[in-house]
Amino acid sequence: MNANPRLHIKQLTISLESEMLLAIDRVIPPGDVLTVMGPSGSGKSTLLAYLAGFLSPAFTALGQLYLDEQRLDTLPAEKRGIGLLFQDPLLFPHLSVGGNLRFGLPRQSNDKHRQISHALEQVGLAGFEKRDPATLSGGQKARVALMRLLLSKPQAVLLDEPFSKLDTALRQETRSLVFGQLREAGLPTLLVTHDRADADAAGGPVIELG
Amino acid sequence: MLFLAPWVLISALVVPLAAGLAMIILPAFGYLPVLGGETFHFDAWRALWAYPGLHRSILLSYVSGLITTLVALSVVVLFLAANRGTWLDRSIRRLVSPLLAIPHAAVAFGLAFLIAPSGLFVRWISPGLTGWERPPDVLIVNDPWGLSLMAGLMLKEVPFLLLMCLAALPQLGTEKRLMMARSLGYTPTIAWLKTVLPSLYPLIRLPVYAVIAYATSVVDMALILGPTLPPTLSVSILSWFNDPNLDRRYMASAGAVLQLGVTLAALLTWWLGEQCIRRFSHYWLVNGARKAGSTTIAISGRMLLTTTTLLVISAIGGLVVFSLAGFWRFPDAFPGTFTLDHWQRILPSVITPLMNTLSVGLASTLIAGVLVVATLENAVRHHLPVSRSQWLLYLPLIVPQVAFLFGLVVAAESMRIRPQLALVIVAHLLFVAPYLYLSLSEAYRRLDPRWVQVAHSLGVGPWRAFWQVRLPLLLAPLLTACAVSLAVSISQYLPTLLLGGGRIPTITTEAVAMASGGNRRLIAVLALLQALLPFIGFSLALLIPRWVWAKRRTMQGVV
Repeated sequence: MNANPRLHIKQLTISLESEMLLAIDRVIPPGDVLTVMGPSGSGKSTLLAYLAGFLSPAFTALGQLYLDEQRLDTLPAEKRGIGLLFQDPLLFPHLSVGGNLRFGLPRQSNDKHRQISHALEQVGLAGFEKRDPATLSGGQKARVALMRLLLSKPQAVLLDEPFSKLDTALRQETRSLVFGQLREAGLPTLLVTHDRADADAAGGPVIELG
Repeated sequence: MLFLAPWVLISALVVPLAAGLAMIILPAFGYLPVLGGETFHFDAWRALWAYPGLHRSILLSYVSGLITTLVALSVVVLFLAANRGTWLDRSIRRLVSPLLAIPHAAVAFGLAFLIAPSGLFVRWISPGLTGWERPPDVLIVNDPWGLSLMAGLMLKEVPFLLLMCLAALPQLGTEKRLMMARSLGYTPTIAWLKTVLPSLYPLIRLPVYAVIAYATSVVDMALILGPTLPPTLSVSILSWFNDPNLDRRYMASAGAVLQLGVTLAALLTWWLGEQCIRRFSHYWLVNGARKAGSTTIAISGRMLLTTTTLLVISAIGGLVVFSLAGFWRFPDAFPGTFTLDHWQRILPSVITPLMNTLSVGLASTLIAGVLVVATLENAVRHHLPVSRSQWLLYLPLIVPQVAFLFGLVVAAESMRIRPQLALVIVAHLLFVAPYLYLSLSEAYRRLDPRWVQVAHSLGVGPWRAFWQVRLPLLLAPLLTACAVSLAVSISQYLPTLLLGGGRIPTITTEAVAMASGGNRRLIAVLALLQALLPFIGFSLALLIPRWVWAKRRTMQGVV
């Protein structure tokens, strides 16, 4: 699995109006999940916004973000190759299920059609291309969002409490699906959560903020 | 490039406004080199002051502006306080935006045909109640007190203020406030007045000021409904500017400056009233009265707004009847015969005005749309807070049209730009862009930023995310904003008349020009055409998203 890069958060400190919110210095190897836990207001979402490239200019961030030797924090969000899963699946309501997956595919991919149908098959949604996302169940939406992320060929993944809005039974199932797929793809992953069970399922190291 | 957008937008509004004001103020003091005025003096002011009926004109403009705003605002506030979400309440709310889309001139003509001595109301009660066998010889329309003008203004102001309130209310968490106050024993109506209204008013203050400015200086409605001897100040100014005796230009300029002063005085009066109410309402808000007057308010609120709505609807209905009327003897309630003659007779001659109306409306909407969307996109991308310079955008709505449009013509002429279609579009832009901004900015800022963030995290750049995510998600509000802006453009009278040098006829200028002519049936056809165009715009804005997103359930509602 060494072909995959690792994510290095190097001596990062984020502060707001000269008050320090968090400090972190970590390497996430490929296929590993680093879990960040903490109560609301502890700076979890600020950390995610920084890594993904959406940090509001009100914050001051010192430190660097590397993917192997490539520096990421100076790049705009869309060039970082960091995929994101939110609490909500956020499937684009104006596109079909297939359209959402196609939106994630890099422009020059070959045989988009086959890739999309294969991705849907993998998560048990074969033949769903033409469906309106609004007609899908919560679990189905979560699975489409995951495949959209994977099809975009990210180099690393951020998870923002992606299971918190699912009910208990579905949560177990979706968790093992997401972590299984990410491990298989060998992607370094950072998970933000306040649910201890998420951290246990992820199986990697845990940082407590706040 | 994008960072330039807010500056382009603001200068497109402020530069013509400033140039127009400058070229009004200078001639008012004698300086107008084109006509040989090279020295500063007060002759124009002396002539203006000596003009017969001036004081009455000033008073008419000032009083009608304040009274109509006060009454219209009270109607809206009482209705909202009484509003319980019943069937009647909901249908009135739904009627508001179509009613607002009807241009001023069309409403004015419709009202005139209702209340005139030979209008529908008199016909309906004659001769049974009145005994009149022929139209009574009284002056109802164009009455010297400006009462019918005020009624017409209110018919337009009520839907406008109601729509502004409805747009602002969701920010306030009305339901929670009402629940809290009701659990403390307040009736819903008093609860609304004491807990919601104080936070609502600051949010609609700017639209209220725009209403005052408009009502003190309106031209087209005053030409149709207003007094004639003397007319309102704005109408007098228009006639002085059009006077063949070019020296009258100086007096007209002084009059325009005076109009600016009258509007400012009305705004200042209102502001002082606000301060008084703020001081004295403090006791009322916390005096603990929980029920007093709530039934009266609930009943009057509903009745007043229902009456307003019915009046507008019957005004339009009246236009339809007149436009189709054949032979119609006086006290008959309805025409004896119906005919399409008037429509057929007038349609060939309105092709050019129709094309002008559409091309000016679409061009100004397109330009304003691009500028406003670029400005909003720039603000959202750079996390800019709502900027303080935003009030500059609303200046063209606060400064009376008569006070600077003549100056704009002079300014353009001094740069050797003759009145023409392009100038009309520039002038419409001044009024179209603020409304487009007003109706789009909330939706634009409220769109969940995570949609675009998801797109970025999937490796999609800002422009593709804009075209493929933000614009499709905002299609419905964007089309509505365009329909609003088209409606605003269609209803413009003075900018079209002045900047087109009278040579760019539109449906609106044609209709208003016929006001003194008095062929009611032809006027009715033109007024209906004028009302039809914005209606088509709003229908398209409603239908296109439904059709485009027929297979996308979430997109059917509001995003």
